[in-house]
Amino acid sequence: MAKYTLSINGQKVQVEAEPDTPMLWVIRDYVGLKGTKFGCGMALCGACTIHLDGQPIRACQTPISSIKRKNEITTIEGISADIDHVVQRAWIEEQAPQCGYCQSGQIMSAVALLKAIPKPTDADIDTYMSGNLCRCGTYNRIRKAIHRAAAALQTESNK
Amino acid sequence: MSNNQKSNIQRRDFLKFTGLSATAFILGIPSVKSGEPALISNLSNLEDAFNLNPYVLIEKTGKITLFNTKPEMGQGTFQSIPALIAEELELSPGQYTVQQTGGEKRFGPLQFSGGSYSVRSSYQELRKVGASAREMLLTAAARQWNVLESECYAQDAKIFHRTSGKSLGYGDLVETASKLEAPQNPRLKDPADFKMLGKSVQRADVPLKVSGRAVFGIDVEVPGMVYASVERCPVFGGALKGFDKKLTLKVAGVEQVVEVVREYGTYKSTGVAVVANNYWAALKGRKVLKVEWDLKGNEKFNSNDYAQQLRELAKTEGLVDHASGDFDKVYAETGQKLEALYETPFVSHSPLEAMNCTAHWKDEKTLEVWVSTQVPGDAMETLRGRYGLKEENVTIYTCFNGGGFGRRLALDFILEATDLAKTIKKPVKILWTREDDTQQGPFRPLTFSALKGALSSDGKLVAFQHKVISPTVSAFLEPERDKSKPDGTMTEGISSQAYEIPHLKNLFVLADVHFPLGYWRAVTSTTLAFAHECFIDELAHQAGKDPLQFRMDMLTKDSDTRRVLEKLREVSHWDTPLPKGRGRGIAQWDFFAGLAGHVVEVSKTSENAVKIDKVYVVIDLGTVVNPDNVKSQVEGAVVMGITAATKNGITFANGKVEQSNFHDNPILRMSEMPQVEVHILAEGGEKIKGVGEPGLPPVAPALANAIFAATGKRIRKLPFDPEAL
Repeated sequence: MAKYTLSINGQKVQVEAEPDTPMLWVIRDYVGLKGTKFGCGMALCGACTIHLDGQPIRACQTPISSIKRKNEITTIEGISADIDHVVQRAWIEEQAPQCGYCQSGQIMSAVALLKAIPKPTDADIDTYMSGNLCRCGTYNRIRKAIHRAAAALQTESNK
Repeated sequence: MSNNQKSNIQRRDFLKFTGLSATAFILGIPSVKSGEPALISNLSNLEDAFNLNPYVLIEKTGKITLFNTKPEMGQGTFQSIPALIAEELELSPGQYTVQQTGGEKRFGPLQFSGGSYSVRSSYQELRKVGASAREMLLTAAARQWNVLESECYAQDAKIFHRTSGKSLGYGDLVETASKLEAPQNPRLKDPADFKMLGKSVQRADVPLKVSGRAVFGIDVEVPGMVYASVERCPVFGGALKGFDKKLTLKVAGVEQVVEVVREYGTYKSTGVAVVANNYWAALKGRKVLKVEWDLKGNEKFNSNDYAQQLRELAKTEGLVDHASGDFDKVYAETGQKLEALYETPFVSHSPLEAMNCTAHWKDEKTLEVWVSTQVPGDAMETLRGRYGLKEENVTIYTCFNGGGFGRRLALDFILEATDLAKTIKKPVKILWTREDDTQQGPFRPLTFSALKGALSSDGKLVAFQHKVISPTVSAFLEPERDKSKPDGTMTEGISSQAYEIPHLKNLFVLADVHFPLGYWRAVTSTTLAFAHECFIDELAHQAGKDPLQFRMDMLTKDSDTRRVLEKLREVSHWDTPLPKGRGRGIAQWDFFAGLAGHVVEVSKTSENAVKIDKVYVVIDLGTVVNPDNVKSQVEGAVVMGITAATKNGITFANGKVEQSNFHDNPILRMSEMPQVEVHILAEGGEKIKGVGEPGLPPVAPALANAIFAATGKRIRKLPFDPEAL
């Protein structure tokens, strides 16, 4: 066991865990934030997508020992306090989720996509989002929601 | 008096009142017995609450809770089912919260989601439940004001007096109302006045699901809980010989290693559970666990031999499922004939939330279970019977299901957890890995189809035979079933087809299998429709006719199928030819869940490859509760249908499943998505059909038929790779 100080969603958290414990289980079972989901355990499905200093990573393949004190972790719970992030609003508007289980990961990938490419094409969306699997098949709504969020960001920045 | 004591007393009051009001009994739904606080204890801050019937709970503060018996797994029942009550009770979205039921008797025998059954089985009953409650509140208000009931109306959780304009909230009226006798035949609203039903209302679970707040079974934590991962025999039919836990117990966090049995119908198999104070430790402990299995010859099982076995069985006569006219004679006498064998694979359900269940024995006779399940009613009954418990001593907390697709109709993963918790005397969460989920079944049965068709000289289909060769789900779930009779679940949709064919003979040949099979979204129709509707296409081609017109010629009478195809012709621009290198295919399927027809468009990208461009769907419903959600469901069914048609499926080598995770058991990705355009046939009225499943069966045949149209290649086997035909 080793002690770690993590910064998650802007808060410092002390965790005592085995060094090889994936951040997925640290976030879920040690810190108690359950929005980050387990889907495959092999970085194949994207349900556990979180941000490490703004970059999307798969929490199931990221041992706690690889996280540095200065790193900032963001989970789905950290993107807004009132479910009003532009991407969340677009998701609600398009009624994108079905079972909803993969959607935390989808949204974390989409937030990162829009940061990198504020006005993504369909090809950009294919590239960025194809690592996030959805068994319910909500892809076309996710695509529409991303375009909607991009348009909303555009409007905001023009104000 | 502390707040706690206060609410406890009022809880007893509440139970007494619900016993008196007994609306539900009158409506044919069991009433609340006193002393059943199971679900109520799950409601927070319950104060001065009164039931108008089991489904409607109103607190004096005005807070309204509606109870939903249909677990939410993405199909929208968290919105559509309570909306049936809310519409008649004159509530707007946001004026009520929804509570999932957990198999309590007072909520009746239909506490499950499956068979595309939820809305159509509840539509009238739950509207009556809402209307009855509305009338009770109306009577209470009229009496309080000493005015005529006809001068009052309900709106937005209030009763208004028309002439004076005064109003009272439901919370102010509920105590009086709850003491009234419930109307037996309340007046239902005119559908023209609906504010929610038939409208694309936003779902209350969506904000929870975009913010990580929705609680799935996997998210549950219980004080003092431990975690377990179970090593099960990798070869179905194998038995545990022994295990060495020395290395496992050395892993930090591992507490114990114990046997646990998995039961799926008649299939029983003992596994080894690694129990730890955190899940990662349980996984690590499992990796170093040494288990010896007696495989009992099952390691010889493989998919190629099995397929060969089914091909041999296809040559046997089989049991007659349906016969009309004289197929044998007409087939023998007709000049133009066609025969084909179609093959399909086993597939996994693979909901993204892997199987899990948290079980807590509070004492030897009191059990609490938190689980994502499609069947809280069945789970309750089974748990009570299994352990000899009273109903009030079993509590099931039905969580949001991270996908179901039929996998969560099964109780195997629940019983494994409740058994293990009993053994180790601690609350425990068993979580399956993706590998467990992929390799341990149950799987959707495969079906092989041997088809024969004969065409008259003017190109009409006069004799047709569909012989289904397959193992059956019921072999595990209903061992008492008479095997000398065809299994109707394995021939669904075939004999009831709308096509008017004078001489029909449909047959069934039972194949054995030794591993768990289960119902899967749209079940057998997903494979039967592929064979049936592709073969119809083959016959149309043989007859030199347009595939849609060939079908229409067999639908001379008015039928839902005919109307679906007519609409499909229009919306898919069927009669406008596509440029060279592109093709479209059509298929429809009518079965227990409902009816839909699809047109798929593909374009050739090289000599042996196509891209799926667009899928047009017409779904036949009659009455619709939430059109946008219907579209969502059909879009999803199309994706699942393309995955089942074009991705691996489950295969066996040396007795083991060859696939393990999403790299070798893939599902469709964003980059592979075609456009999907959904049209709903909804003329209203009495007719009401299922939504969740009908969008799936026509996908594979419409796609394969489109590929034939574009490339001339006939596909008779699933899965196929559109990029390597």
